[in-house]
Amino acid sequence: MLTSIVATPIKMGGRILDQLNQEWILAFVLVAISAVVTLMNPRFLSEQNVSDVLTNSSYLAVAAIGAAIVILAGHIDISVGSLIGLLATLSGQLALGAAEGNYPLWLAFILPIFAGMLVGAVNGFLVAYLRIPSIVVTLGMLSILKGGLILWTSGEWIYNLPDSYQFAQESIFGIRVPIYFMFGIMLITGFWLRYTNSGRAVYAVGGNKQAAKLTGISERNVVMSVFVINGALVGIASLIYATQFNAIQSTAPAGLELLIISGAVIGGVSILGGSGTVIGAVLGTILLRTIDSAMIFAQVPQYWLMAVQGVLILVTVSLDIMRRNRQLQL
Amino acid sequence: MTDTVNSNVTVEPYTNSLFSQLKRTLLRQEMLLVVFIIFFGLILANQNDRFLSSRNVERELVLLFEVALIAIPMTFIIITGGIDLSVGSIFGLSAVVLGFAWQDWGFSMWGAIAAALLAGTACGFFNGFFIVQFRIPPLIMTLATLALFRGIALGISQGRSARGFPDWYFEIGRGDLMGLPNQVWILGFMLFLFGIVLTFTPFGRSLYAIGNNEVASRFAGLPVRKNKLLIYMFSGFMCGLAAVVFVSRVSTTRSDMGVGMELDVIAAVVLGGTSIFGGSGTLSGTILGLLLIRVLTSGLLLSGFKGDATIIMIGTILIASILINDIIQRRLMKS
Repeated sequence: MLTSIVATPIKMGGRILDQLNQEWILAFVLVAISAVVTLMNPRFLSEQNVSDVLTNSSYLAVAAIGAAIVILAGHIDISVGSLIGLLATLSGQLALGAAEGNYPLWLAFILPIFAGMLVGAVNGFLVAYLRIPSIVVTLGMLSILKGGLILWTSGEWIYNLPDSYQFAQESIFGIRVPIYFMFGIMLITGFWLRYTNSGRAVYAVGGNKQAAKLTGISERNVVMSVFVINGALVGIASLIYATQFNAIQSTAPAGLELLIISGAVIGGVSILGGSGTVIGAVLGTILLRTIDSAMIFAQVPQYWLMAVQGVLILVTVSLDIMRRNRQLQL
Repeated sequence: MTDTVNSNVTVEPYTNSLFSQLKRTLLRQEMLLVVFIIFFGLILANQNDRFLSSRNVERELVLLFEVALIAIPMTFIIITGGIDLSVGSIFGLSAVVLGFAWQDWGFSMWGAIAAALLAGTACGFFNGFFIVQFRIPPLIMTLATLALFRGIALGISQGRSARGFPDWYFEIGRGDLMGLPNQVWILGFMLFLFGIVLTFTPFGRSLYAIGNNEVASRFAGLPVRKNKLLIYMFSGFMCGLAAVVFVSRVSTTRSDMGVGMELDVIAAVVLGGTSIFGGSGTLSGTILGLLLIRVLTSGLLLSGFKGDATIIMIGTILIASILINDIIQRRLMKS
């Protein structure tokens, strides 16, 4: 049976496309870009630059893992950009207070994560229990958080952060701390999604909600926990973001949510839910950052950076969707 | 997702008594919005004399124009179950094309306006073509082109701005006709025209059919692919038109124009009661949603709230109104 399916005459190109999953395609594209740019400028693969690219990817990748988990369950969170901005400011303000000796510094690391989970819980409750579409809930939440941040900071940046606060600038065994976070969280969430019942339930709910319910999975609890986990991951991402420079911006970078979702989607996480991996999300984010760096090294004018990113998202996603459609037709 | 879809496809008990009809009309999202608008409008007018002055109202309508114009095709698209996240970028790209066609590429001003409209429509075609031909989900496609179109705008402008347009061109965005700003006339005409298209033409009704059940629509012989392609092109065209009027009002073009605009537009459409899953929605709802957002923003600004912080209120109202509407609909279905 299986052999007859495989032996169905299809174009060779299509067949190779079918065999490769998105993670392999990404890895291949990464290697190809690196090879080309290294030929133009050998310093591209220097230890310094590789470390920079990975460090710059870290906070985005952690947030993209969160986005991937939410998308796997068939939902979406577009409030992440604003949430990162808000939690980074919260953490920075707490660190300033801790520097004055009002309370211990670890509060500046713990409270933002809890605050993230709280916002995630509100999103999750509205989506799972009150049945408002996730895109509407998180669109509203985006406005609320963004407005709240502006109201709070009035556009002022946070400076003079204590040295002990800036853990993202540290290195362990010569490797920057954010990189450990990125790959550590990837391994933990990847293992959870693949090998545990609760992880498989996320795929089940995203793939076919009705079928998941019939097998006894509580769809509501899955959706709720997915948003809370996403909140915690966004909290961690915001800590890396807040501590990697000497100042914290008063507003989240514009379009951050789209960059994060793009990372997950380029990584092969299906926007329709039910398929994709967190490894893909991390690779997708690293690819985006590699392109940024590659364009600098290849001396392409910075102004074209975003257009290239757009083409890249379009090409990888189109290939992924065409492969899926072909599989559906077989 | 399936049961949410079902609840949106209004499985109303089809009773035709006068009372239940009246009840259905009164409890629609549009009515809820009208109540909200009057309620907040009165509070704010009470607090501040200038709020309901004709000058303030006119100014507000002009400020609302670009988002309102783009909200028309966005309503169409969301009714079919799609979405267009790239509108802000198409708006920015059209503005840049307009500016540089005039300033650097030697176009006449009319030629530059035509180029901007064409650029917008071409962007819309690009979106629509990939969506119908390769079946890429609209959310993903327009997420990619959000970056792509903005990137092209950045690449063309190289961070420079274009200015120095001929005087007659500024009349479009700053002039008025019979005491009302041009924007009010253009918007009124477009709303009237496309309100009729959506409600009374086979094309308009087919959008609802596509949003409710695309496969069934195809089997029913509706030109699903053609109509979907058309509405994305329509969206691109309206972005171009909005850019032409906007540049005329502010007299310069920058590549970062319209950043984040997509969220304003989508918020207005969803606030107006158009289901994000497709299949239902009206233009009157969309325009009421926009008015409510403007009333709140303007009122908060007049009572001394800080500029961008007013979006807190928009987010809250967005979630609250969907929630209230949902509860009302559920009650209605039970009784």
